Amino acid sequence: MEYLVVLVVLLVVVFVVSAPLRRRGVQEPDVDALREELEAERDAKYGEIRDADLDRRTGKLSDADWRTIDRTLRGEAIEILRRLDELPER
Amino acid sequence: MLVAGKACLILAFVTCLYGAGASIYGGRTRRRDWVASGRRAVYALFGTVLVAFVILEAAFLRSDFSFDLVYAHSSTTTPTFYRMAAPWSSQEGSLLLWLLLLSFWSSLILHFSKDRLREVAPYATAVLLGFGTFFAGLLVFMESPFQSLSGFVPAEGVGLNPLLRHPSMMIHPPMLYSGYTLFTVPFAFAVGALLTRRLNTDWIRSTRPFALAAWLCLGVGIVLGARWSYQELGWGGYWAWDPVENASLMPWLTGTAFLHSVMIQEKRGMLKVWNVSLVLATGVLAILGTFLVRSGILQSIHAFGASTLGIPFLILLIVMIGGSIALVASRSRELRTEHRLDSLLSREAAFLGNNLVLVAMCFVVFWGTFFPLISKAISGSESSVGPPWFDRYTVPLALVLVLLSGVGPLIAWRRATFANFRRNLLVPTGVAAVVLLAVAVFVGRSATALAMFALGAFVLAGVGQELWRGVRARRAMNGGSLPRALVTLVQRNRRRYGGYLVHAGVAILFVGIAASSSFQQARDVKLTAGQSARVGDYTLTYMRPTSRLVAAGNGRLERIDFGADVRVVKGGKVLETLHTHRSYYPSIGPMLGPVSRFFEGETESQVGLDAGFSRDVWTAVAPDTSLLRPVIRQGDSVFEGPGAKLPQAQRDELLAKTLVGLTDRYVRDTPPATFRMLVSPLVNWIWFGAMIVALGGLIAIWPSPRTVGRRVSAAYAARVGREARQPVGV
Repeated sequence: MEYLVVLVVLLVVVFVVSAPLRRRGVQEPDVDALREELEAERDAKYGEIRDADLDRRTGKLSDADWRTIDRTLRGEAIEILRRLDELPER
Repeated sequence: MLVAGKACLILAFVTCLYGAGASIYGGRTRRRDWVASGRRAVYALFGTVLVAFVILEAAFLRSDFSFDLVYAHSSTTTPTFYRMAAPWSSQEGSLLLWLLLLSFWSSLILHFSKDRLREVAPYATAVLLGFGTFFAGLLVFMESPFQSLSGFVPAEGVGLNPLLRHPSMMIHPPMLYSGYTLFTVPFAFAVGALLTRRLNTDWIRSTRPFALAAWLCLGVGIVLGARWSYQELGWGGYWAWDPVENASLMPWLTGTAFLHSVMIQEKRGMLKVWNVSLVLATGVLAILGTFLVRSGILQSIHAFGASTLGIPFLILLIVMIGGSIALVASRSRELRTEHRLDSLLSREAAFLGNNLVLVAMCFVVFWGTFFPLISKAISGSESSVGPPWFDRYTVPLALVLVLLSGVGPLIAWRRATFANFRRNLLVPTGVAAVVLLAVAVFVGRSATALAMFALGAFVLAGVGQELWRGVRARRAMNGGSLPRALVTLVQRNRRRYGGYLVHAGVAILFVGIAASSSFQQARDVKLTAGQSARVGDYTLTYMRPTSRLVAAGNGRLERIDFGADVRVVKGGKVLETLHTHRSYYPSIGPMLGPVSRFFEGETESQVGLDAGFSRDVWTAVAPDTSLLRPVIRQGDSVFEGPGAKLPQAQRDELLAKTLVGLTDRYVRDTPPATFRMLVSPLVNWIWFGAMIVALGGLIAIWPSPRTVGRRVSAAYAARVGREARQPVGV
């Protein structure tokens, strides 16, 4: 019984670990990593815009300061979107 | 199943080695099949270790004493609930739990990030499997939980350490280990990011939930340990600056610093060196904590005692520290900051201040913990520092920390105008001043406690003000009821308001600590039944002695309790009758007599506690069994002499009658008992504050609804000019 348990565990491990190698090797495209990075940056920038807006509405930022910060953040978001648009389609 | 257990561990060790190699090869050659194979090795590691762990658990539940570990840490009289927790009461079992949790959390992060971080992940996988190799190696070559007892299989085991028979022990170690192992995840990804020079914020965003979960688990583990200490150790405190307690606190402090400063990097691209250093230091401190518990280099009630694991852990720590320093130094160009601080009056600046305080606290704790070793290295003689030394440095730092946790939520990111800041400070400062005055007049004059009360009020008022303003803004935009607006506000800004709730919880927790340590009244008294002692405004009367034999589920004697009923009276009114006792667990030591073995084994205190919102009344008894000693000795000589010739059944019956007689005698003819009696204000605030911290942490960690992300993404997917004009909702 004990040896059967060991054999089953061994077979499952070998099967699970070797599964990707039994398929044809795939080269990793570079563009995906860059897209992921830019998308993450874009989402973070949206978060910053929302945070600045919430800070203004809760009285932590003056309207003048908020306008400056918001303009900067939106400019940065635009730049990220432009770089995303320049990437080839997936 | 000993062979199967051992085989699983060997397989786990080989899987780790293979997976680490496959991941590095896949990362270097950019072969996704090898990277996937390395990742799957982590899943396989989890499965293999889980099988080993189930085998060990089953052995404990079945009381299979052919397992050396089960014999040494369990018995047939150990309740089933505690038998389930018994595996991690031992060095070997807890190492296995460590490996199980490491493989589980590693599988989780690698599964969720498998389509992201493609350059960093293979190296992070290799680092995680490197840790796996280390722990699996310890289990295979040094501390196997699957050792068999040589010779015959005994009918009874030594039993679980009575101090560990507390519900907290079921959750406390797994939570601590989850914290430690979860902190290795950001450590591994930081190493991966440094190796591949992909030092943008992507790896931080992917691992942040795991860093937060690590912080949460470790924090919950620490508080559960404090509660166990308060209820189980019989000294009335919850924190003693013990080396093992300190070991868990250090990574929690640096982890807290990291969770704050990482937001600055995410938003501003600043503090890259600081953040990566903090996360590496936290990973090192997590392993250092594990090392302290297992090496036996420092004396602690929580440690596993002397062991041979010190050297391997020391080597691992040297590799981690040396490698971290080398990596950070060699990547200084990529770690250059992208922006500078806009203003000293900004949330970034408050976070920086909080980081410095947290790291300073960590340094104080580190210095005090390792002082015995440092003093021995310098002067040749070992000396240690006690709680007053720790308090001298940590109390002022804690005050500054609470102040900053109140100021942070009141300042905007990037820059705040002084007028706005002053307006935001008005209500919290006013509330703090009122509380300061009220406490000074009605309670007492401990300067640090007064300051902590005032600062706690400042934080709570600040958080309340923030919530109120947020809700008001939300209602102004979208209407709806107050509760609905509150729920939506928190749902849409989970990280922000979860964080605020954590700050409120920390403030409540610190107020509880300040009150209970500054205004605690304690007495150690010797009383005979009927006598009273006064503790503050309370009169505690030793009403009567108690004793009982407690049988296990299988009918055998689990323990003998000698205790006391204590009546609590305040202002002539009876509030409560507390029961406290000390339990005596039988020993299977061959040197002890047939009767004395029931009294000479390990003992455990059960405290009497009347816990309330404003104060705890706490008492623990140390019964005097000296009058029973001559009878016990007489019983030993009877059972070793003529009694030894009796048939087993008759002998057992006679022994049971003897024990009943002894417990009856204790109640009939009781000498004075020694009591420790405490009245501690606001102890419950500590546990309540910790629960709020945990709730805030859960809110912050909970993923935002996908619909929100989609709506925002959709709003920004159109042309940039149109998007920029769109208002963004609260």
